[in-house]
Amino acid sequence: MIIHHPILGPRDAQEFVYLGDESLIDRPDGMSAGIEEFHDYAYNRTNPAGEHRELWYHEQGDRSWLVVTRNTVTHEITKVELARDVARAKGRTK
Amino acid sequence: MSQSHRIDAKVGGGQIDRTKTLGFTFDGVGYQGHPGDTLASALLANGVRLMGRSFKYHRPRGPISSGSEEPNALVELRTGGRQEPNTRATVAELFDGLEAKSQNRWPSLRFDAMGINDKLSPFFAAGFYYKTFMWPKAFWEKLYEPIIRRAAGLGSVTREEDPDEYEKGFLHCDLLVIGAGPAGLIAALTAGRAGARVVLADEDFRMGGRLNAETFAVGGKSGADWAAGVVAELASLPNVRLMVRTTVIGAFDHGIYGAVERVSDHLAVPIAGKPRQVLWRIYSKRAILAAGAIERPIAFENNDRPGIMMAGALRAYANRWGVKAGERVAVFTNNDDGLRTAADLKAKGVDVVAVVDSRQGEEVIDTKGKLGLTQITIRDKAGRTRTVGVDALGVSGGWNPNVNVHSHHRSRPVWNDEIAAFVPGADGPAGLLVAGAAAGGLSTHAALKSGAEAARAAVEALGKQAPYSLPVAEDAPTKVSPLWFVHHGKGRAWIDQQNDVTVKDVKLAKQENFTSVEHLKRYTTLGMATDQGKTGNVIGLAVMAELTGRSIPETGTTIYRPPYTPVAMGTLAGRSRGKEFKPFRLTPSHQWASEQGAFFVEVGMWMRTQWVPKAGETEWRQSVDREVLATRKSVGICDVTTLGKIDIQGTDAGAFLDKVYANTFSTLAVGKCRYGLMLREDGMVFDDGTTARMGQNEYVMTTTTANAVTVFRHLEFCRQCLWPDMDVQLISTTEAWAQFSVAGPNARKLLEKVVDQDISDAAFPYMGAGNITVGGLRARLFRISFSGELAYEIAVPTRYGDALLREMLAKGAEFDPVVYGTEALGVMRIEKGHVAGGELNGQSTALNMGLGKMVSKKKDSIGMVLSQREGMVEENGYRLVGVKPVDPKAKLVAGSHFLEKGAAPVAANDGGWLTSKVYSPHLGCEIALGYLKGGDKKIGTRMRAVNLVGGLDTEVEIISQHMFDPEGERLRG
Repeated sequence: MIIHHPILGPRDAQEFVYLGDESLIDRPDGMSAGIEEFHDYAYNRTNPAGEHRELWYHEQGDRSWLVVTRNTVTHEITKVELARDVARAKGRTK
Repeated sequence: MSQSHRIDAKVGGGQIDRTKTLGFTFDGVGYQGHPGDTLASALLANGVRLMGRSFKYHRPRGPISSGSEEPNALVELRTGGRQEPNTRATVAELFDGLEAKSQNRWPSLRFDAMGINDKLSPFFAAGFYYKTFMWPKAFWEKLYEPIIRRAAGLGSVTREEDPDEYEKGFLHCDLLVIGAGPAGLIAALTAGRAGARVVLADEDFRMGGRLNAETFAVGGKSGADWAAGVVAELASLPNVRLMVRTTVIGAFDHGIYGAVERVSDHLAVPIAGKPRQVLWRIYSKRAILAAGAIERPIAFENNDRPGIMMAGALRAYANRWGVKAGERVAVFTNNDDGLRTAADLKAKGVDVVAVVDSRQGEEVIDTKGKLGLTQITIRDKAGRTRTVGVDALGVSGGWNPNVNVHSHHRSRPVWNDEIAAFVPGADGPAGLLVAGAAAGGLSTHAALKSGAEAARAAVEALGKQAPYSLPVAEDAPTKVSPLWFVHHGKGRAWIDQQNDVTVKDVKLAKQENFTSVEHLKRYTTLGMATDQGKTGNVIGLAVMAELTGRSIPETGTTIYRPPYTPVAMGTLAGRSRGKEFKPFRLTPSHQWASEQGAFFVEVGMWMRTQWVPKAGETEWRQSVDREVLATRKSVGICDVTTLGKIDIQGTDAGAFLDKVYANTFSTLAVGKCRYGLMLREDGMVFDDGTTARMGQNEYVMTTTTANAVTVFRHLEFCRQCLWPDMDVQLISTTEAWAQFSVAGPNARKLLEKVVDQDISDAAFPYMGAGNITVGGLRARLFRISFSGELAYEIAVPTRYGDALLREMLAKGAEFDPVVYGTEALGVMRIEKGHVAGGELNGQSTALNMGLGKMVSKKKDSIGMVLSQREGMVEENGYRLVGVKPVDPKAKLVAGSHFLEKGAAPVAANDGGWLTSKVYSPHLGCEIALGYLKGGDKKIGTRMRAVNLVGGLDTEVEIISQHMFDPEGERLRG
């Protein structure tokens, strides 16, 4: 696969490490959320046959975490964003 | 007579160089051939038809094809380390001195003892293994499996190391053209002339595809000459790369194709510096599949004898290689293409004694000839039979477009009635066009036209114009009338010759309701092994369709997967073999340790010193015990460079560490360090290490050797994805600093001789950290201990690591320092009760390790919430304990399970397990750490450590994990 890195352009998927669903960005706050909520966060994922937003890490590159929108059936990649931008758009700060 | 079956050069020279002669052997017998020959063509030229034995029935077999689809003529090539099994003689390029052997026969190819299987064939039908070797269960491992394993398989693998090198390569192009027949050649030419960057790959050693095997004209010259002209022009274009002997093995995502180039397979020994093969990864913007078509057989009784081959192959051997496969030849066809074979052979002076055309109502119903064809039986329209003596029979059941690579993304081929074959379906790999016979255009004109059209479309998609003109070529219709198998008698009619699948087997599969094509494949083994059913698949499912009364498209087809043809393991491995399989790093002290004759061990990505023997030490324990005792008595030095080191800086560095560590770091004073415990989000312990605060906004974290990479990745995730606005920066400095642990009562005295600053207990107390200098060189010093001794870790820029070690040993000589390795390190940390690999097993919590109080509830940190889950905070859960045998001479084994005295060794009584074990020279016995249920309440009791595998059942005493200096007086000294 080829991932079009927003900063570095087209890069071979071999340079990346895959983590999983983008929802891993949505970590609850440990001081307010309980075990149930963290359990959902840590274990429950959708597993779509189709468009999937997922986290990839450019380990053999610039160490950017990326959110890659990929079709799990065709492997077509339609969007690649810096995970930091996605996290900020979701309202995450410090 | 040498080359008895070579056609006179005056009648048909073929594309071989008759001015040169090559010598080779087959099963020890010497033969001659010419440059341009394959092993199969050269053997046929010498009148050798019998080249192998079939897989199951050990039937005598010869080649049925002239290409990579060959199911029968599998041979072993070469000897020694270069010996290679299961190579198709039809694609093995002849070279002088080639040694080839037949396979799957004993004692000889002509007399094969396992041929008895053929007589026993009624017992060996499909499903035989499943039904026969069922019970009793105990027989499977001891009896059935060894027998089956001995009987199964074809060639044998050499035990010697392969002396050749294999490479991996990367190519980028606008257009990849797969196959250099008429469609591929004109596609490459059209795109190449338009200025596109083109890669043209062909599995053959001569480009041209079927044009080399046919006699008709293209553009007013012979097809082979036209092809050679195009190849010459392509070679002159700087934007075109021609790759012969290169098989595209698979279509992968986003225009990436895998290809194997056999750089040196046609040479006895690779040219110096050249690899044997290269595995290419080709990045293309567009690709054209022009892989041609593969002729398929017709099943009739005893259709597998040497001498029976595809009509197109018979013709190819005559036209391309100047070989007549027989003196008296017949043709059995259901389409016009078969008639070409008869015409071409006649033109070459071969005696064509019968043309059996099923469209005229005639069929071949049986054959004779034990080790090779001698006779065929023909049944005419009226049902009368006659026999004809022949030594070769060309069979044509029509041509199957070679859709293989187009199916690699699960695109299902679709049925085309006009040519009675599957053609590529929709939803093939993105950017892949199909042209020529592979697309179902079986005439030369159709191939040329679709090749040029595909190239124009590909090039225009890239924004360039690609005009083309076509040479004049034949455009004959196919005129095929499907015939899959001849209904006659009770004998066996082969469908898949490699796996000995016959029409009967398909009938049996149908009878037992394995009617889906995927079940048919698994039940009968149709289409498995080296040829992957290239000749047999379609006819097999057509037979199933006929038996079940369904149409062929209703029956469907199995899907092709990469690789297109078999790939050697060495090619996939490339240079990743031996020590290069997994590169490792050397520590700064490696040179010194090598000079001492040290033993090394792989740890994570490193080679670390395991122990450093002294003269006279013959057994590893002697060295390790000495290193431990000397360290505890005076001072020892250990290279700990391999621990992960991460510099963490920024105004939020402290807050960030509070998030990623279970304990608190924002309150750590500058110039101090602290043990840190890192959890995963699921609450399990992830890693541990010490982290020092070097400045207000600057920390240095250490990780375990094994987790250096994953911790760094995790921290980047936390920084970028969870807390994106924190002002914190990370950089791995693992390789930037050489770091040594200096431990023992004389550690400070030794270091005082090399460092420039005051490091007295008052100036540099326990858990102190700071930037110092060593003879003016910048350095870092941490007063931390893994051994339980007064200890420091000193770091200098990596290139000074070797010098620092030698300096410490020289200047501290009066203290008799030792350098200790990972074994002594392990002994001392276990004596001290520190956790490491065996305890940090990914399934253990801080509570399990006796570190539960470290998890702060006053702040949010990764894993804090889930570490409190039910089941992870059990009162009687696993707790880390120390273990020693009641009898000091008794042995312990890591992995042993705790059992109460008298308890049976069953899972219900399992109390936990020993995680790490060493011999403690200090305690004079073996000691261990272990996780024991309710272990904190069992200190002082006795249990058993049971290892059923090793036959050990040892009475042990449960003690505190802190087995040495529990008060920690030594490290504060």
